[in-house]
Amino acid sequence: MPSALPLGDPAPSDGLLPAQVLDGAAGRALGLYVHIPFCAVRCGYCDFNTYTAKELGGGASQDAYAGTAVAEVELAARVLEASGLPARRLSTVFFGGGTPTLLPAEDLASILTAAIAAWGIEEGAEVTTEANPDSVTPESLAILREAGFTRVSFGMQSAVPHVLKVLDRTHEPARVPQVVQWARDAGLAVSLDLIYGTPGESLADWQHSLETALSYGPDHISAYALIVEEGTKLAAQIRRGEVPEIDDDDHADKYELADRLITDAGLGWYEVSNWARTPEQACRHNLAYWRGDDWWGIGPGAHSHMGGVRWWNVKHPAAYAGRLAQGASPAAGRETLDRDTRAMERVMLEARLQSGLELAALETVGRHEVAGLIADGLVDPAAAFKGRLVLTLKGRLLADAVVRRILPD
Amino acid sequence: MSPMARTAPVPAATDPAIIRNFCIIAHIDHGKSTLADRMLQSTGVVQARDMKAQYLDRMDIERERGITIKSQAVRMPWEVDGVSYALNMIDTPGHVDFTYEVSRSLAACEGAVLLVDAAQGIEAQTLANLYLAMENDLTIIPVLNKIDLPAAQPEKYAAELANLIGGDPEDVLLVSGKTGVGVEALLDKIVTDLPAPVGDANAPARAMIFDSVYDTYRGVVTYVRVVDGMLHPRERIQMMSTKASHELLEIGVSAPEPTPTKGLGVGEVGYLITGVKDVRQSKVGDTVTNLAKPASESLSGYADPKPMVFSGLYPLDGTDYPVLRDALDKLKLNDAALVYEPETSAALGFGFRVGFLGLLHLEIVRERLEREFNLDLISTAPNVVYEVTLEDKTVMTVTNPSEFPAGKIREVREPMVAATILAPNEFVGAIMELCQGRRGQMKGMDYLSEDRVELRYWIPLAEIVFDFFDILKSKTRGYASLDWKADGEQVSDLVKVDILLQGEQVDAFSAITHKDKAYAYGVMMTGKLRELIPRQQFEVPIQAAIGSRIIARESIRAIRKDVLAKCYGGDISRKRKLLEKQKEGKKRMKMVGRVEVPQEAFIAALTTDDSKDKAKK
Repeated sequence: MPSALPLGDPAPSDGLLPAQVLDGAAGRALGLYVHIPFCAVRCGYCDFNTYTAKELGGGASQDAYAGTAVAEVELAARVLEASGLPARRLSTVFFGGGTPTLLPAEDLASILTAAIAAWGIEEGAEVTTEANPDSVTPESLAILREAGFTRVSFGMQSAVPHVLKVLDRTHEPARVPQVVQWARDAGLAVSLDLIYGTPGESLADWQHSLETALSYGPDHISAYALIVEEGTKLAAQIRRGEVPEIDDDDHADKYELADRLITDAGLGWYEVSNWARTPEQACRHNLAYWRGDDWWGIGPGAHSHMGGVRWWNVKHPAAYAGRLAQGASPAAGRETLDRDTRAMERVMLEARLQSGLELAALETVGRHEVAGLIADGLVDPAAAFKGRLVLTLKGRLLADAVVRRILPD
Repeated sequence: MSPMARTAPVPAATDPAIIRNFCIIAHIDHGKSTLADRMLQSTGVVQARDMKAQYLDRMDIERERGITIKSQAVRMPWEVDGVSYALNMIDTPGHVDFTYEVSRSLAACEGAVLLVDAAQGIEAQTLANLYLAMENDLTIIPVLNKIDLPAAQPEKYAAELANLIGGDPEDVLLVSGKTGVGVEALLDKIVTDLPAPVGDANAPARAMIFDSVYDTYRGVVTYVRVVDGMLHPRERIQMMSTKASHELLEIGVSAPEPTPTKGLGVGEVGYLITGVKDVRQSKVGDTVTNLAKPASESLSGYADPKPMVFSGLYPLDGTDYPVLRDALDKLKLNDAALVYEPETSAALGFGFRVGFLGLLHLEIVRERLEREFNLDLISTAPNVVYEVTLEDKTVMTVTNPSEFPAGKIREVREPMVAATILAPNEFVGAIMELCQGRRGQMKGMDYLSEDRVELRYWIPLAEIVFDFFDILKSKTRGYASLDWKADGEQVSDLVKVDILLQGEQVDAFSAITHKDKAYAYGVMMTGKLRELIPRQQFEVPIQAAIGSRIIARESIRAIRKDVLAKCYGGDISRKRKLLEKQKEGKKRMKMVGRVEVPQEAFIAALTTDDSKDKAKK
């Protein structure tokens, strides 16, 4: 069962945005997220909005999806213009899922082409797609590169078969170095996604996965702790005692190991769960989320943000396709953040970054906490002296607790 | 069988010779209220169609728990051999916490109906009240109730009763409050067997207060039994203990609705209304006299209620403190035994240290506060009153463990009780083991019948206030009954055990225990807290200490991970809502030094497992 959408206000059917989004828009980068809501199998831990059926009815089939997504791209361009936003070229594009590469590369290319046609794209823009090692070929990667993709993020997750099995991942570990090589050959930057803390994964298993991933020389690594989401198959298995419970201390050990090995291999952290070989190779689309930039999310259940207005689309691909077929906005709900909420979000999001949070962004009560956070070893003192809150390794593991401490009650 | 009286004797003009004042002594569930209701019906004072089950127990809690907290008196006419009599039924509290109230109710009567469940036999509390009745020289009418039950064993229990009070098992009346069988015979027997009240009609008025109840509309309603002289409406009366005087706005009898009369004469039972608003103005046991023509001596037996058990009551939500204060002020109007004073706990905030007559009293007060005033409360573990003599011979009274002095103690005295336990003889071993474990000294053991035993112990009150009764019940499969009364004090080797979280003392968890039990308390409490307090960003040692000596230690490991790895495809709203929820949760935490302790942890730590089960029911 995919996760639920937030509760918000109704979104207007024409998708028009309130005037608030105009404030400072010219200075904010514009990103595009494209959600591909299809997977070959649903992984046991996954609560993302994705479907395994080829035919979902109502024009929501995998074959028709690219056309539907393009329809939203065109609607998005009209809405941004009608809302009075300045013309901005795309700075980053990210295709996520689901499994984007389950669609033919031509379909992904056609969506990207439509987006570039609508907005234009900046010189040196970052264009990423997530990919399953099972579903790429040298040919498909070449087509993506040709269409303008610059980067591919492979869902490697683990190098250990029994861990992959618990995760319901179907790929052969040996396929990963091959697809990494194909991507490089196609001229794409490579990121590897790893998951740690899977039930049954030992510290040695995780070390093996990390070392294996690093041996492929990726430009970027994401390492996410497994979160057991309510309603997933994995949650049910844990409840029934079929797989062991998640242990936060185990997660902490594995995070520390990851940070050490990845850093030793020459990559640096730039966000709690992300490391890049050089600052330029950090995922700029990902950073845009944490920095509060503007992005439009295409696809069912996709989230968007423009200048303090957040909205999200209807979840089911059929409902989504139906809205677009009528020329209506697929937005299901939205929220317009007030000043205090935006300030709170800024603290919550920027504290996760290596670039850190300007201490001046904190209220007095929050600044008063900083000394205690330094004493507890959670905040980097040198950065704090220069006016920025940057988390230490220990602090990154307790980032949510730190955020609660520096926000007013 | 006697008929319903054709004419009822008129109050204020009733010859004491035709008055019968009686009460019913019974254990909870033995059917007192049902029998009382049936008497009201048989004597015609309440029509069947007006009958609300258990007419006399007015408060909801009383009705739910099947116990009578507040007594009342009802006047009923009954005719025997062509003479109309006035029967005053005085309803007594049935529970040991209210022994004093019971004794005053008994003092207002000449006789008592001893009502025993024919399927269960007599219980310890009933036995205790029976002793009180015999001490007051009351004539006892033994009755077995619920004879309609298939499990009734009238022969067995009639023998037991006869054995206890003397007399023949044949003389024990068999009734069923439920079907009405035997009720009229009982009314007849009350008339024929109980003595009429005796008093001096010409002497200055003296009436004993046996109950006072606060009524929202009428103020305090005082229930009295006139011993000498007569009270009239509109005259000024005086309370002999306080010398306070009031105008008698109304005087009357309950029949069972309040019915004003021209007065109350010798032997009569009724109510007074003076317009006062606080039951403390009308103390149970006090003597009412006429201000213009006062009696020289008050009636004997008056005593101030003395709280035996103390507990701290704190609102779960600190902003409810004024609500709690107002609620206690209101309950006090109707509960002369309730005492309290403001108290501050570092851990629990602002609250009250409240004194109770016993554990049931505590539970009732707490439940009324929660139910009638919509309060959520934390109560600290109940404790007794200690008398501490310091080395310089200063004497301190300690009602709160956190006030227990550190060091320089010469001796500590703790209150003792005489406890009586009745149980089938197969449980004697288990009961003796329990009582010895609770520092009890056996004072005697008697067989009430072939298989029922009465055990008498001298035992510290502190050992029975917390969970003794529950454990006794579970060790005897529910068969044992317990009664106790205060019985002096003893010098004991008592210490205060403090609980420290990260070096900070948590006052709410301090306890005074016997030296030999301090370690067990320390281990139990530190272990419990280790389970209940969530991990913090730093290690939290939990220690139990006597003074500066650590006797038990646990520690809560620091939490190492508290971060969400990802943001769900740009769903920042979800992340923010989670953060807001976590922050709300943080607000409900109580801070002990730097340690965030959830309120649930306090509640759980202060609750025995058993009372948790009770809360679920």
